[in-house]
Amino acid sequence: MIHFVLLISRQGKVRLTKWYSPYSQKERSKVIRELSGMILSRGPKLCNFVEWRGFKVVYKRYASLYFCMCINQEDNELEVLEIIHHYVEILDRYFGSVCELDLIFNFHKAYYILDEVLIAGELQESSKKTVARLVAAQDSLVDAAKEEAASISNIIAQATK
Amino acid sequence: MSGGGGPSLMDSLFQRTLDDLIKGIRLHLPGAAQSSFISKSLDEIRREIKSTDSQTKATALQKLTYLHSLHGIDMSWAAFHAVELTSSPSFLHKKTGYLAASLSFRPSMDVLLLLTNQLRKDLSSTNQHEVSLALECLSVICTPDFARDLTPDIFTLLSGKNFIRKKAIACLLMVFSQYPDAVRVCFKRLVDNLESADNAQTLAATVGVFCELASKEPRSYLPLAPEFYRILVDSRNNWVLIKVLKIFAHLAKLEPRLAKKVVEPICDHMKRSEAKSLVFECVRAIVSSFYEFEFAVKLAVAKIREFLLDSDLNLRYLGLQGLLLVAPNHLWAVLENKEVVIKSLSDVDRNIKLEALRLVMSMVSDDNVVEICRVLIGYALKSDPEFCNEILRSMLSTCSRNVYEIVIDFDWYVSLLAEMARIPHCQNGEEIEFQLIDIGMRVKDVRPELVRAGRDLLIDPALLGNPFIHRILSAAAWVSGEYVKFSRNPFEIMEALLQPRTNLLPPSIRSVYIHSTFKVLSFCLHSFLLPGKGVNSSRSNFVDIEPGFTYSESEQEFTETDHATSSSGFNKRDTFTQEAVVNMLTLVITSLTPLAESHDVEIQERVRNVLGLAQLAQQEISCNHDQKEKMVDKVDLKTSIIIRLINDALSEDFGPVSLSAQERVPVPNGLVLEENLSKLDSICADVQLSISESFSLVKPILLPTDGDSVSNQQNEEDSETSPAESMSLLAEHRKRHGLFYLPSDHNKNASSSFPPANDPNQRDNDVEDLVKLTDESLVLKRKPGSNRPRPVVVKLDEGERLPITVKKTDENDDLISGAVRDVLLGNEASLHSSNPSGRRKGESHSKDKVENFETGNSSKRRSKHRNHGKYVEDKEENSEKSKKKSGGRHKARRRADGGIDVAVQKQVIPDFLL
Repeated sequence: MIHFVLLISRQGKVRLTKWYSPYSQKERSKVIRELSGMILSRGPKLCNFVEWRGFKVVYKRYASLYFCMCINQEDNELEVLEIIHHYVEILDRYFGSVCELDLIFNFHKAYYILDEVLIAGELQESSKKTVARLVAAQDSLVDAAKEEAASISNIIAQATK
Repeated sequence: MSGGGGPSLMDSLFQRTLDDLIKGIRLHLPGAAQSSFISKSLDEIRREIKSTDSQTKATALQKLTYLHSLHGIDMSWAAFHAVELTSSPSFLHKKTGYLAASLSFRPSMDVLLLLTNQLRKDLSSTNQHEVSLALECLSVICTPDFARDLTPDIFTLLSGKNFIRKKAIACLLMVFSQYPDAVRVCFKRLVDNLESADNAQTLAATVGVFCELASKEPRSYLPLAPEFYRILVDSRNNWVLIKVLKIFAHLAKLEPRLAKKVVEPICDHMKRSEAKSLVFECVRAIVSSFYEFEFAVKLAVAKIREFLLDSDLNLRYLGLQGLLLVAPNHLWAVLENKEVVIKSLSDVDRNIKLEALRLVMSMVSDDNVVEICRVLIGYALKSDPEFCNEILRSMLSTCSRNVYEIVIDFDWYVSLLAEMARIPHCQNGEEIEFQLIDIGMRVKDVRPELVRAGRDLLIDPALLGNPFIHRILSAAAWVSGEYVKFSRNPFEIMEALLQPRTNLLPPSIRSVYIHSTFKVLSFCLHSFLLPGKGVNSSRSNFVDIEPGFTYSESEQEFTETDHATSSSGFNKRDTFTQEAVVNMLTLVITSLTPLAESHDVEIQERVRNVLGLAQLAQQEISCNHDQKEKMVDKVDLKTSIIIRLINDALSEDFGPVSLSAQERVPVPNGLVLEENLSKLDSICADVQLSISESFSLVKPILLPTDGDSVSNQQNEEDSETSPAESMSLLAEHRKRHGLFYLPSDHNKNASSSFPPANDPNQRDNDVEDLVKLTDESLVLKRKPGSNRPRPVVVKLDEGERLPITVKKTDENDDLISGAVRDVLLGNEASLHSSNPSGRRKGESHSKDKVENFETGNSSKRRSKHRNHGKYVEDKEENSEKSKKKSGGRHKARRRADGGIDVAVQKQVIPDFLL
């Protein structure tokens, strides 16, 4: 099972954190510090796995972003690499050649998409199309809600004039 | 704007959006400017989040979530607002609320109680996206309370729409771990999902859950083997296959017949699949659980070789890992790929180097340890400091494993340790220090070499400048002092110990140096003043006492070679000339006198001891300059008397003492430990003798080993009354108070290495017992067939350095697997009611007890579940029938029940695959 997902920029900035196993806030920042130190210092053409505190962290760099997932010793590293790639492809398709800024300004969307890919630390949907369809459906629900809100706030604004 | 902190309409209208916040953060440079901007934004958020307008509130919460998840800002204070938003009718706000909840909620929060109802409502919502939000949140923040209260809702979802079903299934893992009783409700439906393979995603989720469950306690899932087998053969989904392979890797260890059946399809996948992840999973399953099947292992090793030769670093890394898994059972696979492994030691990637190092270490045996260590030392010299130390560390731990099991030639090993000390990057001083001393105490034969190696380290002034090897020097100093009798030239050691650069040492190590000075000094004086009665004679005593003790032979050899070398210039008698000794005394006094005022207590104390002895000796030896030819006079000197005493004390070996040695000494009859010590005075009266001045100066200092304080004290007392008899008095004391001497644990012979008692036949029974005890505790291991006999290595019982770790299974895991077993057994029994039923009284009795306890415990909580009562009845009916069937599975339970004796029954395990 995947214990957590981290997105770290090349400068060491955190872009997304999702924890599937319980970590306290203190532990979380310690983990991020340790791992970003370990992973960012590794050269470009090395293998994508690092051992860390009895776990394995699988990471892959896409442009300026490092996608890291922490798994158990006996889990399959290659499978997790595929999951990372799967997620990146879905992001890419959703944002249209995704870049770091997309994820910064749409951090919540990055989370919602991740929640359609993984649940409870396991892959839940291996079809990119399905994920895209589900995310689009949720987006339309959100848009509907926004429109409604906009009209309500108009009413309020008019009422309080 | 707003005066009293309450949100106003203005706040809502001019609220910063998430974009504004992010842009603001990016505008401010990291550091003070940014953190002040964040804290300003936080103040705004605190105000906005109290707004009655849910849009304002949602935006505030979203901003806060951003700050929390990417900047680590605490948001526990806003938990209530997050709960509020989850109940919003607007999907947007609900989503924002759930995101905040799943990212920030902790099990300890009170506010979780408020979420239960909302979760239940959303789980049964008609909008599947709302259900999805609730499930996602639950899968992250599930607590026992949530799991208990929401189990029925999740149960319903297990047969709902696929989109929701897969999420509910994944959620179950968390629910089970929090609330094992949920297994009883949901397990059957979970199994159903395994059978209805109409949707790939639900099947994947189900297999994922089983994979996690089986990794904790595989035995309970054996009955499901046919289902998994069907998936293994039929499925073309690699995600699913990988998980199923993992499950079988667990199950096959428990059931050999299953392994036989499964190994073929696994090999098929291995041969056929294009996906490296699946191939590697097959390899891993084969080498870890199916290593008895030669053809499968051969195939797996071939695949590993492909990986090893691939240009992709990831595959090379995994190939090495695969080899590491094969190594314990099929070392040939490693040897076949030896070149690749050795080459990987100089790979660019540190992770690959580490794996290769592990593999190299796995190849080590007593035949090749010398060769491999030579290669590794070469690599260590070439590598970067970090990896160099990694190599040294693994060499040290491999060679010392199981009390130096693989080391045959200890002379070689000691010189290897000394060589490591000289590697510039070496940072393993502590471990090398430990091993040098440890070997010195355990292996008698190696002491001459140890002293030689120690000398080489000590006399090199350059080494004193490297703080990393101070610890090693400390060991070298101790060894040189303790075993100075093996030294070719004690004066040289003395000079090395007193060289000026020793002031670079930290005080604790310097005091070891000074103490060794004391030992060397007393040895030299003894050899000078009492030649003939010196070490040699006492050693030959040794030999007389212990005929047949292995090390005596080689020791004799040593004395012989000693004598042999004497012809070529070295002669003890020649060495210890009047002049040399006087020079040495002068050296000692001049180098140590400045330290007598040292601020470090330890140094000061020891220096004064040494000086006391040296000054006394100098005085007397110079005074008796004229009569130096006469040996008799020397013997009568005050110094001689003292020296003899000190030497007696120092020449006594204190071997390693087992940690549990004290426990094994039985409390003798008549010893009342709790009794008041009021009579102590009368006993102590004859002990407290006045001690003359000269003795206080030369108070012998001994290493703090068990028992030495006693002998130490005793020595002093005896020396006062009749010094000449101290040896025999020591023995007397030992005889009388045998119990207080923890024997040196070597073996029977070694424990009699104490000076003989006056009448050896009158030994106390207690002593005999102790000898027996130590005898039993000792495991001597010798390897036959090597051209040179391996020296005796003193070994104490149980791994002294390794703490015994008891594998403790999680209580919850036990509960889960217990529940699973019950459910499955219930199923099985109803399916195969024709099975012969076996009786197992003790077993079922205790099992019922356990269950009564369980149900009693949780009956209040579970009263909601209507099917509970019925379930218990069912189970009781079925339990009898299922008992026999589940023989194998009951093993675990029997162990858990703790020693209820059940007659051995032939285990009947159905072949699940037939």
